[in-house]
Amino acid sequence: MTNEALQNLISSWVPDPVTSELEFTEEESQFLNISVQPADLHQLMVQLKSNSETNFDYLFCLSGVDWGNELGVVYHLESTTHRHMIVVKVKTEQRDTPLFDSVYDIWKTAEFHECEVFDFFGIQFNNHPNLRRIFLTEDWDGFPLRKDYEDDINMIVK
Amino acid sequence: MNLSLSITKNIHDWLFSMMPETAASLTEMTLIATVYLGVFAVTGLFLVLLERKVAAWFQLRLGPNRVGPWGLFQTIADALKLVSKELTGTVNADKFLYNLAPYFVIITALMALAVLPFSMEFQAFDINIGIFFLIAISSIGVIGILLAGWSSNNKFALIGAMRSGVQTISYELSVGLSLLTVILITGTLQLSEIVEVQRNGWLIVQGHIPAIFAFMIYMISGTAETNRAPFDLVEAESELGAGFHTEYSGMKFAYFFLAEFINMFIIASIATTIFFGAWLSPFGITESLPWLGVFWFLGKTLVLVFLMMWFRWTFPRLRIDQLLTLEWKYLLPLNLMNLVLMAIIVWLNLTIQF
Amino acid sequence: METSTKNNNFKSEEYFINMGPQHPATHGVLRLLLTIDGETIKNVEPDLGYIHRSIEKMCERDSYQQIVHLTDRMDYLSSNINNEAVCLAVENALQIEVPDRVKVIRTIFDELTRIASHNLWWGVMGMDVGALTTYFYAFRDREMINDIFEETCGARLTMNYNIPGGLMFDIHPNFVKRVKEFIAHFKTKLPEYDTLLTNNVIFQKRMRGIGMLSKEDAISYGASGPVGRGSGYSCDVRKTHPYSALDKVTFNEALRTEGDSFARYEVRIQEMWESISIVEQLIDNIPEGDYKVATNAVIKLPKGEFYQKVETARGELGVYIISTGTKNPYRLKFRSPGFSNLSLLNHIAVGGKIGDLVASMATLDLVIPDIDR
Repeated sequence: MTNEALQNLISSWVPDPVTSELEFTEEESQFLNISVQPADLHQLMVQLKSNSETNFDYLFCLSGVDWGNELGVVYHLESTTHRHMIVVKVKTEQRDTPLFDSVYDIWKTAEFHECEVFDFFGIQFNNHPNLRRIFLTEDWDGFPLRKDYEDDINMIVK
Repeated sequence: MNLSLSITKNIHDWLFSMMPETAASLTEMTLIATVYLGVFAVTGLFLVLLERKVAAWFQLRLGPNRVGPWGLFQTIADALKLVSKELTGTVNADKFLYNLAPYFVIITALMALAVLPFSMEFQAFDINIGIFFLIAISSIGVIGILLAGWSSNNKFALIGAMRSGVQTISYELSVGLSLLTVILITGTLQLSEIVEVQRNGWLIVQGHIPAIFAFMIYMISGTAETNRAPFDLVEAESELGAGFHTEYSGMKFAYFFLAEFINMFIIASIATTIFFGAWLSPFGITESLPWLGVFWFLGKTLVLVFLMMWFRWTFPRLRIDQLLTLEWKYLLPLNLMNLVLMAIIVWLNLTIQF
Repeated sequence: METSTKNNNFKSEEYFINMGPQHPATHGVLRLLLTIDGETIKNVEPDLGYIHRSIEKMCERDSYQQIVHLTDRMDYLSSNINNEAVCLAVENALQIEVPDRVKVIRTIFDELTRIASHNLWWGVMGMDVGALTTYFYAFRDREMINDIFEETCGARLTMNYNIPGGLMFDIHPNFVKRVKEFIAHFKTKLPEYDTLLTNNVIFQKRMRGIGMLSKEDAISYGASGPVGRGSGYSCDVRKTHPYSALDKVTFNEALRTEGDSFARYEVRIQEMWESISIVEQLIDNIPEGDYKVATNAVIKLPKGEFYQKVETARGELGVYIISTGTKNPYRLKFRSPGFSNLSLLNHIAVGGKIGDLVASMATLDLVIPDIDR
């Protein structure tokens, strides 16, 4: 499906696109980007996977991003049957306690990827089976991939 | 030229002329024991080097070639290194059993070596239950392994020892039955008599079909008895730990290590004796030089040892449950059927005699 | 031993075993916490991070040419393809069209790298199940490929041959001749591999029916590469999103439907044959031309987000660049194939035996620096 058709289909799922603040954009990216509020994230993901016309059953990239003011997660989805791709972004401004819903129950690959995002950004996920620091040691202080992370000993800044 | 005949007879007479009887017998026995210890040590050294060279040949490389010509002194260098290592023991290990375990395997290996007929005169102990004695001795070796695993007070060593114990006990059945199949032709258990029977043709030829089956089953079970690949789950490095000898170091580890190679030699020697005519030459070509028998025996044994090494470097490993299934569901019934077949052939006089 | 496993109700017959970071079977520094009951595995939890070098953070302060050098060290067995991923992302962002010569040479190098990686995998696979000779045979053939690489780019493992805009040097005059010699030699060796390991009954008993992975699970766990293709999931990036000269060649995608370890093994063997066929199609007609396109000394990507997928020997590698128009990326994320493949280890190993775990892990073909980045 083309990006426009996808956009029409997805906006038809929500009763009122303005209040749910679903944003579509295609600029600065090769895919259709959807920005969604944290509260609606899980439901949108469920529908993206289960709807037979979109059928996004392959989550191929889950990245955490520190946008400066906000912390966010970017999901890249692909459909193995229709071969179209889409990007879903979710952001939160609460840098102290960022919290999103886990999508482990939809795509099992999210288990390890969400652990990685927690490890490097500190973002917590609801309903995750085993959220833990996966790369760094248990007693590491801070979240390294955040932009305000400082480490005089280990980091070399140019 | 009966060189060996005259040597042993001469020494025997000389000793008995010099000292009273008991002292002479004791001296004679000590002398023989020392000779066999020497045979044990040299064979062990040689086999370890042979294994490394054979492995290198299969893997398209050279193997040890620095220490001595063709690397001949490599094992001596290894032995020196092992002797100089610290004998660490674990704190909670059962000291007595921990020290006793290696000696079990060494002593059984030596006892088995004593009854093998290297040549007409070169056999230390020719009792009338030869084969039975050999099988019984190899059963005692299992105790050494289980003791080693248990007394190490180590979870992995215990698992390894248990696996090894199960494996050895299961495959002893097949070894015994396949040897029994061929004994049906000879009608005697005494080793020197078995060799005499083979003057009419080696037993593998006399027994044709069932003897060939018995030989194949014997080789498979013999390889499993000595915990060699493809049945070496016990000492597999890619699995957990190093098996029952995890906690041993230095000379004690060398005992286990040497005992494995000597066991391999013994299995091959038994096969040579029973199936391939021990020290008899094929078609009797060197009948007139009986002292060449030692070389025939060693040659045939080395071919079988090479076969076992070939197995190790080619095949992947079996899992423990596949190992036991092979024995209990396939080899044992095949063995029993083979026994019946051989009995029929002997009864109907269908053996090939020359 | 600090673990925060989900195994809080620990039964008394089960016990913990650590397949520690130093272990002959774990292909690198991977620590597995096994909970076993007798010989059966109840839970496998990997503990990562022993070779974590914070490559993603380093990329935020390095220039794009420097980032290419970092990618070599991730999955060092397909280093060429990793380099190409970043170079392609940068070239697509800057909308540079590289000459055909570059594309063809890049594809030939990719396929040779894939053959070398699968060769090493085969040798180590044999070693893990106990056939110790396969290691030497595999390295003997891999040496020929390493020598070819060394002649052209000076390195055997971390090639650093691709740069944004093309290649660093032109190929050596002997390149075509030596590749043809290698192909002729290797075509006689692959049947030997089959005789030694694939058709061996002991090996088949160790691999058939072990480590079952269904197609839905493969897609859900994000498996890619031979792991996914062994379960019937058609995920070859070279077919779905072709890059470089891949649209000029014809090859089959190695697919099997059984989903067990033997299927994954056969997929890789078939992939070696397919790679040989691709190299044969390209090696005689390398187009003439430049070996690179001039770029600025300081590369600045336009503002935006860029994603590039390539097929390494392990699976699908993704490079996700968020750029704000400066000379360093704002965020660069590597989607590594091994990370997703490792997540299904628990799923396929539970209920089997320890020997099966070793065999299944060997078919997943993990390279830990790729996972830990």
